[in-house]
Amino acid sequence: MPEEVSLSLTVNGTLHTLKLDARTTLLDLLREHLDLTGTKKGCDQGQCGACTVLVDSRRVNSCLTFAVMYDGAQVITIEGLASDGALHPLQQAFIDHDAFQCGYCTPGQICSAAGLIAEGRARTADEIRELMSGNICRCGAYANIVAAIEQVMGKS
Amino acid sequence: MINFQYARANDVADAVRQAAGNANAKFIAGGTNLIDLMKMDVERPLKVIDITRLPLTQVQYTAEGGLRIGALVRNTDLAYHPLVEERYPVLASAVMAGASQQLRNMASTGGNLLQRTRCHYFYDVATGCNKREPGSGCSAIEGHNRMHAILGTSEACIATHPSDMCVALAMLEAKIHVSGASGNRVIPFAEFHRLPGATPQRDTNLNASEIITAVELPSNGFATNYTYLKIRDRLSFAFALVSVAVGLDLDGDTIREGRFALGGVAHKPWRDPEAEAALRGQFANPATFTRVADIVLRDARGYAHNAFKIDLARRCIVRALTQAARRTPQSQSSKKIV
Repeated sequence: MPEEVSLSLTVNGTLHTLKLDARTTLLDLLREHLDLTGTKKGCDQGQCGACTVLVDSRRVNSCLTFAVMYDGAQVITIEGLASDGALHPLQQAFIDHDAFQCGYCTPGQICSAAGLIAEGRARTADEIRELMSGNICRCGAYANIVAAIEQVMGKS
Repeated sequence: MINFQYARANDVADAVRQAAGNANAKFIAGGTNLIDLMKMDVERPLKVIDITRLPLTQVQYTAEGGLRIGALVRNTDLAYHPLVEERYPVLASAVMAGASQQLRNMASTGGNLLQRTRCHYFYDVATGCNKREPGSGCSAIEGHNRMHAILGTSEACIATHPSDMCVALAMLEAKIHVSGASGNRVIPFAEFHRLPGATPQRDTNLNASEIITAVELPSNGFATNYTYLKIRDRLSFAFALVSVAVGLDLDGDTIREGRFALGGVAHKPWRDPEAEAALRGQFANPATFTRVADIVLRDARGYAHNAFKIDLARRCIVRALTQAARRTPQSQSSKKIV
């Protein structure tokens, strides 16, 4: 029998209390239990970054976690970035710069970029590229992704 | 992934107690390597002990003027800690050369030390691997071995240790503090990881149920003349083909003391006392650096796909020692090698 565990965590401002198989990743909790399917499953091995979310304000790969380890945490997903119907500046910048083609990596790219800006360590395009290297884009929209992030950094 | 029992540890003694006598128990902190391996069925723990709530997140001065880094300090917090950036920039640089920012935000200091190899055959349970299943043979020796070791290999295993952080810690001569059922002990860095020999299933000299509590740095961080140079197949987020951590203590152009460790070439971060002795009292110039590179690589052995690493390592050693001597450490964002 699978080991069942109980946990509570806040996702995009809403507290959820769940009983789960201990093996459930944070990614699967979001997608399969809370129907928050904006966070994508790509490689499921921490290599592609499509599953990036913010946990306690830090960007992490939600596929490489057991959800139960994050009992009590505050999670922000792509669904939680917009406020009062207005797009998050990064969402608007990705549209302005056409920073995607198929869009599958985009939620992870945007959450990762939000984490990058909060860290405050990137100043140059080289530094943005290096600190965004955990997000793969198979369509190759990298140049526009960097431009979109630069736009938001320039404003903030 | 098989089912497991999930438990939380309240303190270090509780963690040790919960793991004691249970060969199928694993501690989990960042989880970035363990969960990956559990998904691949390479690791099959029956009990997973969550240590993330233990109070091991501090970076503190030691009485000897060094730093004591708690085992649960996240990789980004380590690399960005003001004292680490200022006094141990080679460590900050090496940490930032590894993985991605998401992984560094999750991965712990202690867990980084305990990373398993990224040998493809270790990950592929359909193939033989003496590290994963002792006695099942090494598929890499006759297989795809581009990423594999050229120093200290054995007939049983040619895997490499994947960490960048550990290469800098080896050069700095860090000490590993551990707790276990029979008390606490301190392990010098050089004695922490093992060469594969006939028992490649053992990566380290940690005993069963022992837990890493801290990494201690000595006072000398070689903050003036240092570098961490990493060569890989992609410019970022890839494991090292060859990496070199260097610390030099110079008197003008003369080397008072020089240390360097190599990553990506062996089952543990590789240091060579004879080569380092050959730096002492010599001019910091290409002739000296080439001579010591030849000493390090005197017994190097290449396999079908990785023999290029011997020349690459020689050039990396010379370049890294040159970078350290010139005070032009490798940038981990601009990838230009100067």
